[in-house]
Amino acid sequence: MRLASVLRVLWSHWTYRPLQFFALLIGLSLATGLWTGVQAINTEARSSYAEASSTIISNALDYLERKDGTPIKPETYLALQKSGWRTSPLLEGQVQFGDGRSVRVVGIDPITMPREMAALTQPVQGEADQDGSGGLVGFLVPPFTVFVSPGLADLKLNVANIGDVVVSENLPEGTLLTDISLAAQILNKPGEISRLVLAADQKRTRVNLSEVAPQLQRIANTSGADMARLTDSFHLNLTAFGLLAFAVGLFIVQGTINLAFEQRRAMCRTLRVTGTSMTVLTIALLLELLLIALVAGTIGVLLGYFIAALLLPDVAATLRGLYGARVSGELDFHVGWWLSGLAIAVAGTFLAAFWSLTKLIRMPILAASRPRAWARMSARSTLARLAASGICFALALVLYGWGSGLVVAFTIVGAVLIGAALLLPDAMALIISLFEKLAVRPVSQWFWADTRQQLPGLSLALMALMLALAANIGVSTMVGSFRLTFEGWLDQRLASELYVRAADEQQAQQLRTWLAAHPDVDAVLPIWSVETRIDGEPGQVFGVADHRTYRDQWPMLDRSATAWSDVAAGKAILINEQLARRKGLRVGDPVTIDEASRQYKLPVGGIYSDYGNPHAQAMIHVDLLTQLYPEVPRRRHAIRVDPSKAADLSRQISAEFGLGGRSLVDQALIKQRSVEVFERTFTVTQALNVLTLSVAGFAIFTSLLTQSAMRLPQLAPVWALGLTRRELAGLELLRGILLAGLTMIMALPLGLMLAWLLLAVVNVEAFGWRLPMFVFARDWLMLGVYGLIATALAAAIPARRFSKTEPAELVKVFAHER
Amino acid sequence: MLLQVTDLKKSFATEEGRLDVLRGVDLELAAGERLALTGESGCGKSTLLYLVGALEEFDGGDIRIEHQSLAGLSDRERAALRRDSIGIIFQQFNLIPSLTVANNLSFHARLAGREDVAWNEQLAQRLGLTEFLKAYPEQLSGGQQQRVAIGRTLAARPKLILADEPTGNLDEKTSEDVLNLMLELVAETGAGLLMVTHSPRMADRMDRQLVLTAGQVS
Amino acid sequence: MNVRLIPAILMALMWMSQPVAAQGYGGLGTKAEGYDVPQRGTQLQFPRDHGAHPGYRIEWWYLTANLQGEDGRQYGVQWTLFRSALQPPQQAKRGATSDWHSTQLWMGHAAITTPDSHHVAESLARGAYGLAGVQAAPFKAWINDWEMSGDGGGGASKGVGNLALSASGTDFGYRLALSSDGPLIFHGDQGYSVKSASGQASYYYSQPFYQVQGQLELPSGSVSVTGNAWLDREWSSQPLSEDQQGWDWVSLSFDDGSKLMGFQLRQSDGNNFTSATWIQSDGQTTAYANNKLKMTEISRSNAAGREVPTRWRVELPERGVDVTVQALNKDAWMETSFPYWEGPVNIKGSHAGVGYLEMTGYQ
Repeated sequence: MRLASVLRVLWSHWTYRPLQFFALLIGLSLATGLWTGVQAINTEARSSYAEASSTIISNALDYLERKDGTPIKPETYLALQKSGWRTSPLLEGQVQFGDGRSVRVVGIDPITMPREMAALTQPVQGEADQDGSGGLVGFLVPPFTVFVSPGLADLKLNVANIGDVVVSENLPEGTLLTDISLAAQILNKPGEISRLVLAADQKRTRVNLSEVAPQLQRIANTSGADMARLTDSFHLNLTAFGLLAFAVGLFIVQGTINLAFEQRRAMCRTLRVTGTSMTVLTIALLLELLLIALVAGTIGVLLGYFIAALLLPDVAATLRGLYGARVSGELDFHVGWWLSGLAIAVAGTFLAAFWSLTKLIRMPILAASRPRAWARMSARSTLARLAASGICFALALVLYGWGSGLVVAFTIVGAVLIGAALLLPDAMALIISLFEKLAVRPVSQWFWADTRQQLPGLSLALMALMLALAANIGVSTMVGSFRLTFEGWLDQRLASELYVRAADEQQAQQLRTWLAAHPDVDAVLPIWSVETRIDGEPGQVFGVADHRTYRDQWPMLDRSATAWSDVAAGKAILINEQLARRKGLRVGDPVTIDEASRQYKLPVGGIYSDYGNPHAQAMIHVDLLTQLYPEVPRRRHAIRVDPSKAADLSRQISAEFGLGGRSLVDQALIKQRSVEVFERTFTVTQALNVLTLSVAGFAIFTSLLTQSAMRLPQLAPVWALGLTRRELAGLELLRGILLAGLTMIMALPLGLMLAWLLLAVVNVEAFGWRLPMFVFARDWLMLGVYGLIATALAAAIPARRFSKTEPAELVKVFAHER
Repeated sequence: MLLQVTDLKKSFATEEGRLDVLRGVDLELAAGERLALTGESGCGKSTLLYLVGALEEFDGGDIRIEHQSLAGLSDRERAALRRDSIGIIFQQFNLIPSLTVANNLSFHARLAGREDVAWNEQLAQRLGLTEFLKAYPEQLSGGQQQRVAIGRTLAARPKLILADEPTGNLDEKTSEDVLNLMLELVAETGAGLLMVTHSPRMADRMDRQLVLTAGQVS
Repeated sequence: MNVRLIPAILMALMWMSQPVAAQGYGGLGTKAEGYDVPQRGTQLQFPRDHGAHPGYRIEWWYLTANLQGEDGRQYGVQWTLFRSALQPPQQAKRGATSDWHSTQLWMGHAAITTPDSHHVAESLARGAYGLAGVQAAPFKAWINDWEMSGDGGGGASKGVGNLALSASGTDFGYRLALSSDGPLIFHGDQGYSVKSASGQASYYYSQPFYQVQGQLELPSGSVSVTGNAWLDREWSSQPLSEDQQGWDWVSLSFDDGSKLMGFQLRQSDGNNFTSATWIQSDGQTTAYANNKLKMTEISRSNAAGREVPTRWRVELPERGVDVTVQALNKDAWMETSFPYWEGPVNIKGSHAGVGYLEMTGYQ
């Protein structure tokens, strides 16, 4: 009963100051919402990866194919299965159906298909076979169920015994998926297997491949691992954003709670004097906080869900386009989010309330009430802040110099951010007092003096704004740099107009002859490679022709003056950045590559960037490659052709040799797709930027609003001495914008520092390569405009309220009753 | 005539309905004249002062300062009037908390464009504020704060000085000192002084006294 | 043991997205249209009937072994091959597309159970290109690299008297040699085994008299083992009635040489259907129809998240049997496409011995 009445008394504060209550609620909800939203996007995206790997059929899994590129015989498959291998046959081919469309037919064996590929046969939702007659039976026996990509939904199949045609979004466009038995019939390839997909876990006891099927080679499919790394980088960004958003939100919460506690000191003292024990009071305060946190947390989780639902289509598109990862784009509501959302809201509230609470508990029972003590920052606390900031920067420096690992990298980022945030109020005060000293006119002198005095009450909100702005600059710079680098790199790496892969060596030979005779073709460049060891590391060695395509375009980080001539002469090797970094290799250092029987040594002629590939890679002249590895497969080629004639040539090759899909790639298409992808990434980044900024704007708004009641004693004397309310309101607005502007100026170097840390420290720790940093001054300008608009809006409402204040209200400041 | 108030009316909307505070007040004040306005608590003394000080607007009648009517003035014009012609000393909270004593002292004068450094120095000295010039208002005692308020008003050399219980918050001794100083300095500037007070002793020190009862002067 | 048909049917449904529950156990109640159906009074022919019967929807070769290491440590080994037809053979021929075409699906399960670990592997294949199959003479059942093959001898067993058995998974493997002098055992009425009150039935015979010798490969190393094993053969097309939800099955080998095969089919109305075969050491059998055998849960334990009764009281009053059956390892959960519990047991009470317990339908 005692507790209940104490609670009622405490609660009356909120009904007296509903605005404060809503500020607290909204701040906490926004913080929780952003956090939950980002978590939701992350989990949803991650949970889709298992299926994602199946998007590019079986690409995520290793597979076996014949070294000469010819089909594998079922007898070989049988022999492998009997030797303990766990493989699944896959038959691929191009076929034209009745309506003239060329379709890539993929035949699989659903019985042995690795689980990782199961999503392939998952039809789009709502079209699942309801009567239960389908399923595996329908896939394996006539009338056959076949799956097609969305674009083939209206395909006319002139094949007997076809039953249901199910549209599956998990299939790459232009693909028809069916049982291998029917695929063999449609493609007229009886007794042929294109590839044998390897199950992820193989028995140790299986017989060596070279004994069972020496004609086969294992193709390690690294795309899965690469994708995971790249998507990880994306999630890293999102998580960092989520954390920052939450931190920014906490600033609001802390400010409001602090204020509420200070304003209730008198109330608490009265309660204690009238016999309420400290324990009961503390429990009551904790209960109150818990209740608020739970309500705000609930709102926040719902908010987060909507944020995620809104952003997920773009995130999904980003991941799909950029990394081939498939995210359904539909959001389930997980119970876990509720729990984690509420937990973080409660934890955040208590964290924010910790100081206020301990201060209150330590308060002597009859301490004088100092209502504005919260806003006062003594010289002692300035010293404490400077010391804490110094410790943060020192920690960051020490870690940068001597630490390693991703956690350390993030700790550095965190330490720099906190250190800078702690520095902000005093740095601002310094700048403002400088202006104050320079001010000549009385109003401007007062303006600066008053701004400086108001600073402590706004510093938390300004710190929030600075973090939000810095995060904006940092992440935008990182994404932007990534885009520029990656697109530039794609341009260089995909210098040729067409990339073609022949089905087998014989076709490759025909293709070379055909292309050589083709009038439009400028050059045919071999892309031949072997798996071997480079300087002891497993990796790929490519053979390159001596051609201006490489001389002009290949992305070199470092090279000797005569690199390409040396390579052409077979006297130098080019290696990728990853290998160079790992082995500490520089231009001129010798590198060995393993040949069948011996090692071959060459000096490094150059180092090139190779994003997205974790493995070692090297390039030597094609003649040297064929000389060292006479058995090297010679099926892949790049074709240089007038870009306007590329599409036409692609069609001719397709018609002449029946190549398509993965075998014939148009470079323009890849580039166009990658550009689209980055546009999507930017949409998401932009949206999160705006949201974070909104939260910071709200922090400023609530701070200004809670302060506005206490502003009257500051403003009334000036008004009485001959300034209009309108002029004073204008100055209030100007002050808000000015503070935001100053914060922005200070956020800029911090943001760039953050970007640099993300690109040069976090990226290197996470992915092994370092991205060059590009600055986008125009974006800062936009951000500056956004930030100013946000603060102007936040400051406009209290200012407007002041300009409408009745003179009678102002006069009350001097009146007797005060 | 420095100040002419004719048939001045002012009412407030309260919960019990309209409250007529001033029901046709007439008064005049010449340059250099000192007038005390007394009356019971809540009789509308302060309201009258605020109306004369161009802080609030009145409902009827007229106020003229140096023959300029206050009726129908815009916010801006009223602010200009406060700045250029009037000096107001309130009972408390006169000072601008964020400015030092020195800056508070000179603020009004600079605002009005009439700063006189020598006069400022003299005022500070005579008001006993020299050693506090770099302090902030919150560091001063109540009497010291009122001295700053008086100094600020006098520094601006307004023609009309309005004072609302300027010593109401001070003890008797301090009150006496501050009042003496104020009257002395006002006399030197030649400004007209309208002072609201409930103390007969203070009212006696003035040239003239007016009593406000039931919203009218008698 | 007819009830083992369920995994075979479910296997046919497992790959696609339809929820299994929608098919449910009702899938076994579907009419056996176009398939052959067991007939009472049919005389089984050997070695022919050791082989596959594609005209029937479902069939299996099911071997369980109770083994001991040289140090006396107990082991259980399971080797199972299921065959499941997607279409009756007549219909299947009409739909043939290429050599890959097959309406016969094969699924192998292999396991080793030790007192403190349980190793499971699954192997799948379609009935094409000889990836999996069973031939009667010389006897050979195989799927991928797993094999159970006879040497053609073995007198009373008519072709399955001597068997070589092998299977392996990612973390285990085994190679066993089996031999038996005893006769084949026919359950029910000369191998016609009734499974419900409404008359569903299967062909069901066993060879429970194998002596075993061989080698187990475990993560901790190789173990030489000896012991005995029990082979079950069963095939049918429509084995269960719709209201049967799961079953509990035991094969018990008592120290005095006698053996007991018993099962109960749990019905939704609580009237469980039981059946048993008493096997004397010389191979003489007595079949017990519904309700003669009594199986009562004593306690449950947690296996892979399910509560499963791993301790049973088994009673056959007419033979004076009242024993407690206790799992060697409670965690013998078969985490396969169709999950169930299968593991070795120890027997105490009126009779002592070892055996195998199988339980399905526990969620």
